Amino acid sequence: MSHELAAGRVWKYGDGVDTDLLAPGTYMKSSMEDLASHCLEAIDPAFAGQVKNGDILVAGKNFGIGSSREQAAEVLRMLGVTAVIAKSFGGIFYRNAFNLGLYALVSNDVDRIEKDHKVAIDPLTGRIINETTGDRLACEQVPEHLAAIVTAGGLIPHLEEKLRKTL
Amino acid sequence: MTEAPQTLAEKIIANAAGRESVKAGEVVTCTVDLAMIHDSGGPRRVKPMLERLGVKVWDPTKIVLVSDHYVPAFDAQSAAILKLTRDWARDQEIEGFYDQQGICHVVLPERGHLSPGMFVVGGDSHSPTGGAFGAYMFGIGATDMAGVLATGETWIKVPATILLRWNGALCDGVTAKDMMLKLCASLGMDGGDYQSIEYTGSTLSGLSMQERMTLSNMAAELGAQTGLIAPDAVTAEAIEETGGEAGDWAHWSSDAGAGYRKVHEFEASELSPQIAAPHSPANAGSVEDVGKVAVDQCYIGACTGAKLVDLHAAARVLKGRKVAASTRLMIAPASTRTTAAAAADGSLAALTEAGAILLPSGCGACAGYGAGVLAEGEVCMASTARNFKGRMGSRESFVYLGSPYSVAAAAVMGRIADPRPLLAENKIS
Repeated sequence: MSHELAAGRVWKYGDGVDTDLLAPGTYMKSSMEDLASHCLEAIDPAFAGQVKNGDILVAGKNFGIGSSREQAAEVLRMLGVTAVIAKSFGGIFYRNAFNLGLYALVSNDVDRIEKDHKVAIDPLTGRIINETTGDRLACEQVPEHLAAIVTAGGLIPHLEEKLRKTL
Repeated sequence: MTEAPQTLAEKIIANAAGRESVKAGEVVTCTVDLAMIHDSGGPRRVKPMLERLGVKVWDPTKIVLVSDHYVPAFDAQSAAILKLTRDWARDQEIEGFYDQQGICHVVLPERGHLSPGMFVVGGDSHSPTGGAFGAYMFGIGATDMAGVLATGETWIKVPATILLRWNGALCDGVTAKDMMLKLCASLGMDGGDYQSIEYTGSTLSGLSMQERMTLSNMAAELGAQTGLIAPDAVTAEAIEETGGEAGDWAHWSSDAGAGYRKVHEFEASELSPQIAAPHSPANAGSVEDVGKVAVDQCYIGACTGAKLVDLHAAARVLKGRKVAASTRLMIAPASTRTTAAAAADGSLAALTEAGAILLPSGCGACAGYGAGVLAEGEVCMASTARNFKGRMGSRESFVYLGSPYSVAAAAVMGRIADPRPLLAENKIS
């Protein structure tokens, strides 16, 4: 089964991008739109205004470390980001991402992707193609139980299906 | 039949999954014994999700709800969040609702909700705090929590266990917080690899429950899923004092011969006060190496650093002294019961007489909510768990982390300082 995502433009960051950078506490009580407009502003003020539908985030180790606030993943979805590729993820963020329909992909090859490269992903088979360089990169295959959640569009739609079946 | 030895984490997860045993790496579905939520990630997030699913909560007696993030309301938005929280608690018939009584991780055990062997989820990343009571407690996001509230179950990938063994006794003025900053520097914020950390060794048996809670709490800063401490007589006594049930606590420990992914050894007697420089808890080292750093604000607060033992530590430094004119000291006790106990034993007076400003109990400035946030260019010395860029106010502010002793010492000196000479002077006088 292929679930290839259309090639997306890359935003590239380093290690330890934390939840406070993604969803700053100061704006946590505001609307999701307002919160999203401050996403990553402390390290990249241009990001929230310029990111486009279908874009992809590429980062180093421990992406999403910190708070359990799932708005950290939700703002990326709202801004149009379809996937985050990183060397590793904070464990809570990793679960939150799939629950909200955002692919979180583990790859040790992120050093071969740069900002503004175009990258296509087939998350369920674990393939990344860097269309800019022609490189084929590897990522870990999405575990089966998470694939079921993310392909349903997130945990709530997934549970809706499940509950409907048990009725 | 001889069963393979199991870690504490595997024992609790197997029990919650209705299995004889589980192995690290398996994905299993567990029955949740208790779900804790708060005003920020709780009702305002899960209410629409449960409505979409067309269900009420699976069991209101297994839910604890704590208002601690937006307390007390400081504008119309925060007031609306708190009102929604109260309304939802009433609609869902949640009896375990603590409105503005303190921070969830401290209130939960304070009110006797945790027992060894429980499988508990919390809608907050510092949920590993419950591990100090021998409960497998971990943080999840709001959508995961909605799933738990709807079904009473969640999935878990059975973690490997990383054993952190501390030997020897801590010196006076050195605390569990210093142990954690040392661990963050040594292992990194991904050293826990979302596995289960288990703390053990002779140092642990000498630590109070509240100090142990600091260890488990900051398992989050090591990137672990939880931070377990096998219960002992100290645990059982603390639980029974709060009206909780310690049950068959001696059963909940790792078997001899259980397999660990890694074992790290540390010597407590050699540890000096640790300070983490901006902007990561892993950016920590000995206070002696920090140099002269003037501080605009000193903050004792949060689930990590404002329990009764933390206030006692600060009071020992501040008793008979004054906060330096060049700085300010703010204290947000972790719970209303903490404030009451500190008032009763005189430590609160020692703090306020020194010039400390008391703030309401809640998550407060630690995460940029509530009073006490920082302006651009300001430097803060804090007893909190995280000093991420921009977390405590302006994104151009600078937060150093340390123990409550070290925060109090900074308040007295107006700069980051070693608390040990101040404690020694107080002993002589």
